[in-house]
Formats: sequence, structure tokens, C-alpha cells
Amino acid sequence: MSPILAGVLQLLALIAALALAYRPLGDYMARVYSSPKHLRVEKWIYKAIGANPTAEMRWPAYLRGVLAFSAVSVLFLYVLQRVQGSLPGSLGFSSIDPDQAFNTAASFVSNTNWQSYYGEQAMGHVVQTGGLAVQNFVSAAVGIAVAVALVRGFARSRTGELGNFWADLVRGTVRILVPISVIGAIVLVAAGAIQNFAGIHEVGQFMGGSQQWNGGAVASQEAIKELGTNGGGYFNANSAHPFENPNGFTNLFQIFLILLIPFALTRTFGRMVGSLKQGYAILATMVTIWIGFTALMMWTEFHHGGPAFDVAGGAMEGKETRFGVGGSSIFAVATTLTSTGAVNSFHSSFTGFGGGITMLGMQLGEIAPGGTGSGLYGMLIMAIIAVFIAGLMVGRTPEYLGKKIGTREIKLAACYILITPALVLCFAAAAMALPTPVNSMTNSGAHGFSEILYAYTSAANNNGSAFAGLNADTQWFNTTLGLAMLLGRFLPMVFVLALAGSLAEQKPVPATAGTLRTNKPLFTGLLVGTILIITGLTYFPALALGPLAEGLAS
Amino acid sequence: MNNSLSNTTRLIGAGLRALLVLTVITGVLYPLAVTGVAQALFNNKANGSEIKSGGRVVGSELIGQTYNLPLKKGEEAPAPDLKWFQPRPSNGLGTNSVNTQYKLILSGATNRSGDNPELIKWVTDAKAAVVNDNSTPTYKVKSSEVPADAVTSSGSGLDPDISPAYAKLQVHRVAEKNNLDVKQVEKLVEQNTDGRTLGFIGEPTVNVLNLNIALKELTEK
Repeated sequence: MSPILAGVLQLLALIAALALAYRPLGDYMARVYSSPKHLRVEKWIYKAIGANPTAEMRWPAYLRGVLAFSAVSVLFLYVLQRVQGSLPGSLGFSSIDPDQAFNTAASFVSNTNWQSYYGEQAMGHVVQTGGLAVQNFVSAAVGIAVAVALVRGFARSRTGELGNFWADLVRGTVRILVPISVIGAIVLVAAGAIQNFAGIHEVGQFMGGSQQWNGGAVASQEAIKELGTNGGGYFNANSAHPFENPNGFTNLFQIFLILLIPFALTRTFGRMVGSLKQGYAILATMVTIWIGFTALMMWTEFHHGGPAFDVAGGAMEGKETRFGVGGSSIFAVATTLTSTGAVNSFHSSFTGFGGGITMLGMQLGEIAPGGTGSGLYGMLIMAIIAVFIAGLMVGRTPEYLGKKIGTREIKLAACYILITPALVLCFAAAAMALPTPVNSMTNSGAHGFSEILYAYTSAANNNGSAFAGLNADTQWFNTTLGLAMLLGRFLPMVFVLALAGSLAEQKPVPATAGTLRTNKPLFTGLLVGTILIITGLTYFPALALGPLAEGLAS
Repeated sequence: MNNSLSNTTRLIGAGLRALLVLTVITGVLYPLAVTGVAQALFNNKANGSEIKSGGRVVGSELIGQTYNLPLKKGEEAPAPDLKWFQPRPSNGLGTNSVNTQYKLILSGATNRSGDNPELIKWVTDAKAAVVNDNSTPTYKVKSSEVPADAVTSSGSGLDPDISPAYAKLQVHRVAEKNNLDVKQVEKLVEQNTDGRTLGFIGEPTVNVLNLNIALKELTEK
């Protein structure tokens, strides 16, 4: 069997597995966020928090919950790293410097998992398992909570009430993320990933002597790293490291975990707004972009344009033998079209166009299918923009899901789609203009610029992957990337929740003959076009200087 | 909107308590439960799939290692020991720069782009070396026969595998250096080749450590 055919079959198997899980998981999540019942363990948690889970919140209250919880999380994670040197169970590793500790705290709380540190030499068991992995769960749960609040905004009328943040946070963690992670982690260990609390120990070598290895709760972190679209690896090599991702099966399984919740949430959305077809139209948009990107990626990587790859006879630099070009391409697209940022192969050594595809995937706003929660709310914002454009064409006030898209709604949606590109382009321009940041580049020319553009694209979109030749452990990059991650995460959430509040207050408008049918293939086509055109117009000049220049030259 | 100080304090308090409770669940109970199951049911795998040969641990099945001669004076890098099957290059590996009481290996890739002059040189040099090392008086390796994995560094730098094509390329050299029959060594490679899972998942691989252990057993017979 040729590697190309094997790659295509893996993609088909992935689609089949996701399709099987789509209905049960999507319906289950809809029940989780709609059920009036509380589990006993949840009641204990609410008691400990001191929150009343049945108290409905309007959008400012919901937002305050999100921000308070996240602010506490950043502070807690920062302090945990700063005192690592005195914490037991930390392998005697020293404390993390302030700028790197800030960057890492911002990174994990914002669901980005950008890593300016080397996991195996810097972070001990307590910080990894009790700090970073915890944020893998709760930052994902926060993302889903905000998405669910927006969906309630569409589903509810004349109220302004969006649910209870604490209940959504706790339910997402306890009923969705933890159970699936337990199964995922055990599957990963059964297939060879490590899971222990060993200290640094000597392992004998074939030619004599020994190597020092770090143990850790890797499989348990790996499962939620993918499921929560987080992406922060236990080791520096992330999912390329054999202890994290030991074989072809675990590779496909990890991609499955990455895509599982973001796709299924479209079913949850359809259920909660009372029309499954609306969910399918959103799903179809996501699937179209995802498959299109994957096909393009496989084409350019198997084609392997580039001087070094021509000499080598294949684009295997930065790729593992057991995954090959096919398994690496599928992973790279899945990780950049979601907010994951885990890597099983190093994007910096992809072909020029391949690197460009990973960047463009993030620049779409990570909505196909996007991060846990953030993918759905990002896509719904694009849907609002799409109905607005369609409304302009025929000259009538646009509606979506029975809600009028008026001035306030479109302003909030416009702010949402402007904030991330503004962060990416302004920070990247500043880094290029200043004298010292460019010293961090490993490659020169177009690819050197790409390293910086990639870094801010990844940070502001909360992805976390990198053109890792860039030495990002400097005060400039730790600070600006940390800010880009926080602003790129929480400002959009402000706009989404304000929008949700405004939608929930409206009374529904009945559909007429003039209403755009947003549950039809025509709308999916319009939505795909809107996404590609808006992103293309925003980023084309920057992409032309980086990956396009590199790809066209080879 | 009520943003008074006491309200903010109350909210921060609730956030902190929520974080602590969820830390207990996801950062303590969850990893401990998974570790318990993993250690009970998959003990060897959970601890790194170590392999023994000749009564001692010789590494992990999952982690690539080098098969080099001792470093000689005046050499920058040790030369490969051509008696053994050789792994892929690992130009992206590093050594630890903090917590230097340990000697850790940092996994990683080169992150060089396809048009990077250094990478072009590495690949070109590696290709010449593979052709040179594997050509024997009776068997000449052509440059076009060298597979891509033989001259490129992996993502982790710890790739335990090589492609079956690269393993086959090394058979004649290994047979000659160990005074073995080419057929015997070919058979070893075949026995240590893993196909794709279910026929289509992943790529076919040859685990270098397993192959060298089998080779060692053969030479000691």
C-alpha cells in the first residue's frame, strides 16, 4: 500500500469514528447543559464554592464569573511555578523565572499551551500534574461554558438570562471532560504511553552506559491535552515524543480526541436551539474546510517542494518514521484548525506551503472545528457576519435563528473578528521593527519572518504550536506573547457574552419567505466563502511575505 | 452592575475555592486513578517499555539511542559503529540548560526550513555518508536508493524506528562487518519489521534497538 493511500484511509477511518461518536456525544452534552438535576459530587462542589447552581446569570454576571475564575487561575499557576524550587515532588527542579512563569500561566489558562520552557528539564511533577494539567481541564470547560451561554442566547427569548457559570464549569469538567479523559488515558497507556511518578532515573543503553530519563503522569495529561484542545506537551517534543505518542494507532486516536468535542458541539447546538438542521449546516461548514485543508496539506507534503527535501527525497525532516507524511499531515491540520497546538511533527520543517496551511488554519479563527467551545462560538460569529452580508445584498435586516441581527449585534461580531488579527499583526510588526526580537530567529529570510508571524498567530488565536526555531524564552516574547494570549482569549469572550445577552433579551421574529434559510447547503457555501474571504483579506499581505514567498520559491 | 470591593472579593473567593476543588479532582484524583490502573494492568508500558538483553536493561523500546564508537581525540562527534544498524540522524536533540545537576536529553527537532542552508548541508552530508558507509566491495549503494528518513532528523530526535527501506540498505554492510551471511541478516530485518496497524494505520517501521538485540544474539551464537 502506498503511503498516500494509507493516509487517505486513515482520514476516512477518522471521519467514520467521529461520525459514530457525533450523535451520542452531542446529545449527551445537550442534556448535561440543560438538565435541572445535580449529581451528588456536584452538590458538594457547589457547597465548597459557595455558589447556587440554579441562580440564573445575566451576561455581566456570567462574564464576571469567567474572568474571576480565570484571574485566580493565572495567579495560582504563576505562584506555583515561582515556588517550584521549594515544593516537594518537583524532582529538585528550580523555580521558574518571572517572565516565563507569567507566559506559561497565561498560556495554560487561556487554553493556548504555548511553551517557552522545555517540559522535561523545567517542570516537576507537581507543576505539570497539579497545575498545568488542571488548567487543561478547566480552561476547556470555560470555553464550552461560554459557547453554551451563546447558544442559550439564541435559544432563549425575552429574558437576558444565560445560565449559571459555576454550574456550567463544574458540569463540563465532571460530566464530560473527566470521564472521557479517563478512558482516553487508559487507552493511551495500553498502547504504550507512560504513566508513573518515577523521579529522574538511569536507564541502561545498548552500547553500555546509561541515560537519565524523566518519568511522569504523561498519559493522563496527554488525554486531556488533546480532548480539551490544549496541546501543552509533557516533553518538549510534544506528541512527537514516543512516550507521549508511541505508535500509529495512538497518533490517530489523539487526532480523534482533538476533533471529538468541537465537532459534536454542533449537534449540541442544534439540539439546544431546537433545530438539528441548523447544527448540520454549521457542521458541514467545518467539515468542508477541515477536509479541504487536510487534502491540501497531504498534497504539498507528499510533493515535498524545497531544496533540502529535494536532496532528501521526501519531507521527513521533523517527522517521525512511525507516523510518516500522511499521519503527520492529518495531525498538523487538526491541531491548527482547532486551538490545540499539540504537534507530532515540527511545522517549521514542513514545506513552505505546508507551513502556510498551518498558519492559515489558525488565522481562520480556529473554527473548523475549532477549540472546545471556542470553535463553536467563533463559527457562530462568522455565521452572523455571513447572514449580515447576505442581508446587505438583498437590503433587509438580517436574522439568524429567529433573532434580529441589528446594530448592536453586528458591532459586537465585528469587534470579535477584528481583535485577533489586530493583536497578531500589531505585535508581529512591532517585533519585526524592534532591533532585538529578530535575534531569536533560527532561519533567515521569508522563513525567519514566518517564525515571528506564526508565534503571534498561535498566541492570539490560543493555539500554542510554533515554528519552534524561534527562541521565545526572552523577556520580549514571554511578555508580549503572554499578553496576546490573554487578550486573544478573554476580549472575544467579552464580545460573545455581550452578544449572547443581547440575543437572549430579544423576542423571536417569525421566519418569512424573505428569511435566509440558514439550515441549507446554500448557507454552508455562503459561510465557507465568508470565512475564506475575510481571513484572506486580513492576512494575505503578511502570508505573502512569509510562507507564500517560501513556497513559491521552492 | 455592582462592582463594589466586597462583591469582587466574594467573587474572587468563589473562583479560588472552585479552582482548589477542581484541582483536587483533575490534578490529584484523576492522575492517581489513571496511574493506579496503568501500573496494575500495564506495568511495563506505564514505566517506559524497558527492554532487557543479556540480563541487563539496554534501553526503552520506544526511545531511540545511538550506536557509536567511543569518541576519539580530535573528533567533534563520535563515529557510528558500523557493526550495528544505525538510527536516523538527530540534529535537534539538546542537553539540559537548567537544573544541570541532571544530565537530561532534551527531545526536539531541528526546526530548519526546507531552504535553510544548514539543513541542506546536513542532508547532503548525511546522504554521502549513508552511501559511503553502506557500500561494500560487492554491493554498491546508489544515491537514489537512500530513503528520506535516513538523512533527516525526526521530530523528537528520539525516533526509535527506521523505515524498512533504510534497514534493508544497511543489511550488506552489517553482514560484512559481523561476518554473517546476507540472507541471515535480511531475515532478521524481516522479523523485526512492523507493518501498519490493521494494514493502514501509521507507517511500516523497523525498531533499531530490537533489531540490534537480535543481531547481537545471532553473532553470539
